[in-house]
Amino acid sequence: MSKQSPKISNFIFNKNVQGVFYQAITLSLVILGIYYIVQNTAQNMVARGLASGFNFLGVESQFDIQMTLIEYSPTSTYFDAFIVGLLNTLLVAGIGILFATIIGFAFGIMRLSSNWLVAKIAESYIEIIRNIPLLLQIFFWYFAVLRALPKPKQSIEFMDSIFLNNRGLFVPDPNLGEGSSILFYLFWLSVIISIGIFVWSKKRQNKTGKTFPAFFTSMALIVGTFTLTLTALGFPISFEYPELKGFNFKGGMKLIPELVALTFALAMYTAAFIAEVVRAGIQSVSKGQTEAARSVGLKEGLVLRLIIIPQALRVIVPPLTNQYLNLTKNSSLAAAIAYPDLVLVFAGTALMQTGQAIEIIGMVMGVYLFLSLFTSVVMNLFNRYMKVGER
Amino acid sequence: MNTFKMWILSLTASIVMMPAAFAGTLDTVKSQGFFNCGVSQGVPGFSNPDENGNWSGIDVDVCRAVSAAVFGDPDKVKYVPLTAKERFTALQAGEIDVLSRNTTWTLSRDAQIGLEFAGVNFYDGQGFMVRKDSGISSAMELDGASVCTNLGTTTELNMADFFRANGMAYEPVVFEKADEVVNAYDEGRCDTYTTDKSGLAAQRTKLADPDAHVVLPETISKEPLGPVVREGDGDWADVVRWSLNAMIEAEEFGLTKSNAKTECALTSNPVVARLCGKEGATGAGLNLGESWSYDIVTMVGNYGDVYETHVGENTPVGLARAGSPNASYKNGGVLYAPPAR
Amino acid sequence: MTNALNEIKPPVIELGIIGWLRKNLFSTWYNTILTILGIYLLYSILPPLFNWIFFDANFVGSSKDECTKDGACWIFIKQNLKLIFYGLYPTEELWRINTAYVMLLIAGIYLLIPNLKNKGWVGAFLLIPFPIICVYLFSGGAGLTNVETRLWGGLFLTLVIAGVGIVLSLPIGVLLALGRRSKLPIVSLLSTIFIEIWRGVPLITVLFMASNMFPLFMPEGVNFDKLIRALIGVMFFSAAYLAEVVRGGLQAMPKGQYEASQAAGLTYWKMMALVILPQSLKMVIPAIIGSFIAIFKDTTLVLIIGLFDFLGIIQFVGTNPDWLGFSHEGYVFAAAVFWIFCFGMSRYSQNLEKKLDTGQ
Repeated sequence: MSKQSPKISNFIFNKNVQGVFYQAITLSLVILGIYYIVQNTAQNMVARGLASGFNFLGVESQFDIQMTLIEYSPTSTYFDAFIVGLLNTLLVAGIGILFATIIGFAFGIMRLSSNWLVAKIAESYIEIIRNIPLLLQIFFWYFAVLRALPKPKQSIEFMDSIFLNNRGLFVPDPNLGEGSSILFYLFWLSVIISIGIFVWSKKRQNKTGKTFPAFFTSMALIVGTFTLTLTALGFPISFEYPELKGFNFKGGMKLIPELVALTFALAMYTAAFIAEVVRAGIQSVSKGQTEAARSVGLKEGLVLRLIIIPQALRVIVPPLTNQYLNLTKNSSLAAAIAYPDLVLVFAGTALMQTGQAIEIIGMVMGVYLFLSLFTSVVMNLFNRYMKVGER
Repeated sequence: MNTFKMWILSLTASIVMMPAAFAGTLDTVKSQGFFNCGVSQGVPGFSNPDENGNWSGIDVDVCRAVSAAVFGDPDKVKYVPLTAKERFTALQAGEIDVLSRNTTWTLSRDAQIGLEFAGVNFYDGQGFMVRKDSGISSAMELDGASVCTNLGTTTELNMADFFRANGMAYEPVVFEKADEVVNAYDEGRCDTYTTDKSGLAAQRTKLADPDAHVVLPETISKEPLGPVVREGDGDWADVVRWSLNAMIEAEEFGLTKSNAKTECALTSNPVVARLCGKEGATGAGLNLGESWSYDIVTMVGNYGDVYETHVGENTPVGLARAGSPNASYKNGGVLYAPPAR
Repeated sequence: MTNALNEIKPPVIELGIIGWLRKNLFSTWYNTILTILGIYLLYSILPPLFNWIFFDANFVGSSKDECTKDGACWIFIKQNLKLIFYGLYPTEELWRINTAYVMLLIAGIYLLIPNLKNKGWVGAFLLIPFPIICVYLFSGGAGLTNVETRLWGGLFLTLVIAGVGIVLSLPIGVLLALGRRSKLPIVSLLSTIFIEIWRGVPLITVLFMASNMFPLFMPEGVNFDKLIRALIGVMFFSAAYLAEVVRGGLQAMPKGQYEASQAAGLTYWKMMALVILPQSLKMVIPAIIGSFIAIFKDTTLVLIIGLFDFLGIIQFVGTNPDWLGFSHEGYVFAAAVFWIFCFGMSRYSQNLEKKLDTGQ
């Protein structure tokens, strides 16, 4: 007996055993918790006579959506409505990211400008925008945009083809005519050839040290091919112009004010954060790097392109992706101003009509979760790639 | 498993809040001394708060009538403002006991979502409001219009039906909150604003210049609005249903808030005597006191009193009752209460 | 000769205002262009803005008829101040909120004055007894009449949500971060899943679940106050973000610190509490306060689930028929108040960073 007891206490106080024991407890608690919630939910749904399952996705939705990127009508299914909402979310996120990046980089660089006034303007912009809730900014811009714009009949016009009023921005819709597919193929062909030129010039430079103006050659190739074929085909592109008919303009492409206001607010807001990310990135490159590059005789442009930007990017990219992700998630605030995104269309109207909250909220959360995890995976790959570069 | 459940349950219960709905709602309500009534976030004439948070309107008066019937006091009610999107979940979850929030009675709501409609306190229909200076006089001229409306209502479906049936194009602009719809319409985002006609009349008072807008004559749908309770709670549903019916029947027999005291003392009409709680023992069947209907009429009023106070022609909402479905059946309307006996 | 050298002054154009201007605004031709553009931009934005906010604005009066339409109508804000600051909270009970404000203010000032003793106790008071006192003060009990949370609103509600979110999310965030860095695979996996799920979904879907679907997950009849459910949602959401911030700090800790404390015979929890966390939290203070600012701004989303927070109540008073058409004033006022809070926090964090910078 006396021999055994130290063994038992060894066993009990052994770190690994303790670890396993604690983990087993945690895991079982979590499983019990989930089981408990699932059980309750199932009971409640039965007790309240709630429908469950995903059959509703195949049923006609019976409602309309303001802006659809695919063909959609009230006879389309709830699944179509889901896709419409998803595409609208991706659209506003895509445009928002594009503009946020441009504005953000501009302000980030401006903030480091040697020009005092420019640096101060950039700083005030960043400090003001960053410290005001996004939702408030969205409301403000939406109603500011609406109030500032005229009615359709008093639209602001540009050259009789672009119209701006409180129903949106109307631009001519390009229609490709006969033979335009050739144009399309030739365009992509020239792009592929240009990539080839880049690869070849890089190889040659590595081997022989001779440089080749790859950028200008390929630009000339792409633009030249495009214009030449366009002329040869006799300009097969026609435009459908918006026209004032009844209440509003018809024809042409239309950007609704909700989209404009939301994109604007998202881009302005995220840009303030991106500007800080960019500033931190550029400042993280130590001065010695720049000085060393200059002392080996690199030109100012090459210093920026070959020394500062690649090193700054390593610092910039991870937080930048985070900002992109935030912008995408923040686009769900669209619900507040009637932009038909995933949350408004699917977690709003569709949820109300079907009453299937669990399935619908689950799908919506799943979409955002997927986007987020997908981005993390890409980020991790990027980090790994960048680490290899650091010798 | 069961002990674990009990443990969690007692833990959660001991942390906070909200009495359980295990017992029938009527018993729970009686023992806690008040009930929760789900209302809108502000529709003038139907349910609208003043600056001190006091609610009034014909939807509110349904709840006050229930309170008068149960407690002999119309003010034992707590009002919970809800968006259109939240209202059914709130009722199912037990956050409210009665939903009186201009809610349309439809088959899918009654049958699928676990709700029980207790009657109709306002017969409505969907209409359109436009600016007077647009020169539009009929809904059939709305081809190509931008239409502002609310998320989570029957309105959204009805307008899709209407424009589809008439082969017209339109742009739906759908907001989550009624106030945002009004605001956007007022700023000129839409050519027309569509919702129940009573809602249009009510929301019009919130526009910058109410007289510059007009409601078009067409009614594109049936919208019977009424109080709702949880399914499977018959006693409570009965109380709400008959509180509403008592208000309607009191009007049919000329019993008003102002004359009820004298009428009840003098009456020889057995129907009136039952409403006054002098005969028939109607309260016993509902598990209420015998003066329940008398309390409703004297404390809240009959249907006509309530209508004229909140939405009648002499109010800012200004909905004429004569000639509308909301007139008593005796005057050509469809308001008709089953006999309270 | 040396004397003469000393007496030669730099040319006038490199000194004083002119020198400064030359150096900072007009050093090159493109800088000159940028400066001129900048001045034009400021000229076209600032004067009309200041005119609208101050010079053409109306401050005196009590109804909208006293507002000229040239500038902002601040009478709108002034007349609705009680609603905007306290929501529908009963007027006769407002002293309860004000008492809490005063206590917070005194404690805050005490903490901000340098070189006072017993700061630790004041901080501990703010963290533990103060919230408990607040619960009783705000909602009632212990002799005070009960004020339901549905009457809470305005800036008061915003501060309550932000305060609870901030105070509770930090400890949970730290635990989650420790969990994610733990050597125990299951603990680490569960923490990671928890963090990634909360970070991956938008806050409004979380709030929607908390406000509308929560009862579905509970046994029949068990339910919490709507505000508490919203608070729980906000708390977990910000805890997940904080966890990642804290994890960053933990990862930046040199390995020697762990090894040294283990060599000194500290247990895991002692090592974390006494050695690792104090240092790593200090490192990430700016990021933590950044998260707090984010929580503060995110509280506005509760208006989507029908709570009348600061922004919500400003929208609500804007729909009062007596005060139609002043939404811009409301939004600008809300923006100014939010800005003051958030900017104040970010400045405080910068100061703290400097003060705590022990030169590692």
